[in-house]
Amino acid sequence: MSGEPILTVRHLRCTIAGQQVVEDVSFDVPATGITAVLGRNGVGKTSTLRGVLGLISRRGEVTLAGERIDGLPTHRIVRRGVGYVPEDREVFSKLTVAENLALAERQRSPRREFVAELFPDLVARRDQPAGTLSGGQQQMVSVARALLNDNRLLLVDEPTKGLAPKIVTEVADALQEASKTVPILLVEQNLEVVRRLADDAVVIAGGRVAHVGKADDILDDDDLTRRLLGVHVEHEDAYDALSERSESK
Amino acid sequence: MSTLVLTLITGVGLGALYFLVASGLSLIYGLMHVLNFAHGAFLTLSAFVGWMVAQALGTDSWGSFLLSLLVGAGVGAVFATLTELVLIRPLYERHIEQVLVTVGLSFAAVALFEGIWGTDPVHISGPSWLKQTTEVLGARIPNTYWVLMIAAVLVLAALVLFLQKTRYGMIIRAGVENRSMVTALGIDVRRSFTLVFAIGGAAAGIGGVLAMHYSTFVSAHLGQTLLIFAFIVTVVGGLGSLTGAAVASVVVAVLQQFANFYLGGTGDFIVVILLALVLLVRPTGLLGKRA
Amino acid sequence: MRRRAQQPGRWIPAVVGAALVGFMAVLPLLNLSLPGILPTPTYMPGTLALLSLCMVFAALALSYNLLLGSGGMLSFGHALYFGAGAYGLGIALEHFGVPLWPGVFIALVGGMVIALATGAVSMRVSGIPFAMVTLAFAQAGSVLVRRNSQITGGEEGLSLNTAQVPDFLIGVINTRNLYWFTLAVLVVVYLVTLWVDTSRLGHLARATRENEQRVRVLGLSPYRVKLIVFVIAAGLASLAGVAYMLLQSGTVPRSVSADLTITVLVMVVLGGVGFRWGAIVGGVLYTLLDQRLTVLAGSDAIAGLPDWLRVPLSEPLFLLGVLFIVVVMFLPGGIAGTIDSAVRRRRGERARGALRQLDDADDATGTPVAGAAASESVRA
Repeated sequence: MSGEPILTVRHLRCTIAGQQVVEDVSFDVPATGITAVLGRNGVGKTSTLRGVLGLISRRGEVTLAGERIDGLPTHRIVRRGVGYVPEDREVFSKLTVAENLALAERQRSPRREFVAELFPDLVARRDQPAGTLSGGQQQMVSVARALLNDNRLLLVDEPTKGLAPKIVTEVADALQEASKTVPILLVEQNLEVVRRLADDAVVIAGGRVAHVGKADDILDDDDLTRRLLGVHVEHEDAYDALSERSESK
Repeated sequence: MSTLVLTLITGVGLGALYFLVASGLSLIYGLMHVLNFAHGAFLTLSAFVGWMVAQALGTDSWGSFLLSLLVGAGVGAVFATLTELVLIRPLYERHIEQVLVTVGLSFAAVALFEGIWGTDPVHISGPSWLKQTTEVLGARIPNTYWVLMIAAVLVLAALVLFLQKTRYGMIIRAGVENRSMVTALGIDVRRSFTLVFAIGGAAAGIGGVLAMHYSTFVSAHLGQTLLIFAFIVTVVGGLGSLTGAAVASVVVAVLQQFANFYLGGTGDFIVVILLALVLLVRPTGLLGKRA
Repeated sequence: MRRRAQQPGRWIPAVVGAALVGFMAVLPLLNLSLPGILPTPTYMPGTLALLSLCMVFAALALSYNLLLGSGGMLSFGHALYFGAGAYGLGIALEHFGVPLWPGVFIALVGGMVIALATGAVSMRVSGIPFAMVTLAFAQAGSVLVRRNSQITGGEEGLSLNTAQVPDFLIGVINTRNLYWFTLAVLVVVYLVTLWVDTSRLGHLARATRENEQRVRVLGLSPYRVKLIVFVIAAGLASLAGVAYMLLQSGTVPRSVSADLTITVLVMVVLGGVGFRWGAIVGGVLYTLLDQRLTVLAGSDAIAGLPDWLRVPLSEPLFLLGVLFIVVVMFLPGGIAGTIDSAVRRRRGERARGALRQLDDADDATGTPVAGAAASESVRA
């Protein structure tokens, strides 16, 4: 990892309807690779992402590629090159797949071929209303939206939630492909996916950053994972699953 | 039989008028979650100005009638746009205050209209054909109803085309579903807000001029009574659904006419009962989003 | 809720309030003049009638503040219950032939029964759809009143059947007695709203206003809490309506209209949503302004102005509407709220105005049409 971080967050505080949901969060996101945001349910991971984007009320310093964005409205932050894949996908169910994607296009020549190659299924379903798609397909739309533009950073929130294992793999593949050209800040509960994709990780507990480090290091630390993530990671299975996957690739 | 036909057709015609007013309300509410109380004021002002234009050019001609319609639409759009820019936009995301501000505007506007044009209704007239009737299956239908229906169909078609075929229309359709996600795609929704207000204002303006011809008078309170029916239609049809507003307009108006003719003038009452029933059974309205 | 036990000054508001009531009570016996504001010296019926009207509307504003400020319910149909009180009394006296006090009782009960029925239906939705439904009900009431001229006198209104009313409340000479009656009504309404606010019910109502989920989690029914507050507020409005009927010796269809509710809304917002004394100030101020501006509009000073100034200035409602808009946009706390935040800021506290809290509650429920269905939970 070298160079300036693409995103720096200092003392981020977020509130929703007067309630504090993020206490005091500070971390950096390196300009390459995937950084995971880990933590138990309800600890403030999604709110952190939404706070960075300005979708909820926030205070603190947030800097994107050296420029402050914490005072800007959401659409301006996004136009500076931030792609967002929200939790629960949030596709527009009454619009067709093609319209969902067209809405997301911000620049003169969006990367349509890139997206078409990654998600051939979506090309076939372009005129289908997004509300009739399966969960996995909707997730593809959501990810595709973020990949259509040349972004400097992607904020991805639990992309594998509620998906079948086969689709989880597809989504992970897509993200891995994307990460070759754009850094990703990834909130993810599925630790296998984290282990496969993430280089660095930030652990949040009680609305604050509890730990920062390499993803593998954190996941290998049983004590840490049990304490902060509330899970017991089965090492044997994880390694087997990984080696199976890497062989089949 | 002829009473049945009369009731039915006048019901549809009245529904057309409700739709003209409710379409804007529904879109504005669906996209912005603002209950625009001032919608009635847009309507009333458009009617007054349209009337002044028609008077200047001679009230009998179709040319002046059509021009007054156009002017009404324009006035409605301008008034609505100014309202959005000056009063609504500064209160971004504060929905209750936005509603209050439109209440204040309607309050002040009606008083101002009374000051300018007096408290008594002003009798108006238009092309003579409007005063006549056309016979359909034995029923004599006043011709104002045909004009209402044609206007409503045209406005509905224009709105649907706009929503389905233009980028702004797409943005509005998406925004009605999920406004924050639209901003998260880098789109400035505020421009759509102004646009939706303008469109709603234009439709209300057309509705205002036609309402004036329908009731043969114009007064400072023209918009207020219509507004309440438009609210009911919007809630029954489902907030934010244009097709819901269209369907509900016809249902509510036909029911109202039937109640008026066959149940001794209880139309207004029946409409409120319908509202209560819909709310008890399906709170989100006939075609609204599921909660 | 701040623990007030330690504060030595906690009796001050009660003492001030009692002193104020005492002062108001003896006012008809004093010869005070406020030229420009009061039409006559205070012992004469002209001023006493005006002050009585102010107090009736202050009571109505208090009842609305209970609904909006404490209960968080934006209703556009509150006037329905005010009118029910006024018309109820009129109808009871005129058509049932009962004496005054049973008539008052009938009017109050009638108002609350109507509130129970309409409130139960309206609360199927909340937020802005709720407001629209209450508006529709008020409209229905207005139509009912206008159409049934046999019972309600139709457009002309219903006048008070003075045969049933004790002599000491009739006639200009007895304006003083009416004044004291309305003062008593205002005190009663105030005490009831105070009691509700400080009781467990008020606590629950505030909790429900902020976050219905929390109340549900406690095993309580937010619906029932809100309905009780709604009916109490309606009962108080009916009481104000009764006082109005006695004071004006008659009532008109306007008293059930949405117009009147909006007028009360203006009063409460001007005075400050969520503050009892704000509601009183708002009610009194609005009534005074309305009366005085009407007088001013007819004056020579205004008549001499160029048209574009004269027309707006001669419409008191226009001026009040503009004032309302200005207050909502720049001083959403109203008079009481602005003063309160200034005081709090000096004390170093932070306050979130009642209107902002309503906004927050509106946001927290996700879609505004939350109603009886579970609202979306706030996700972390």
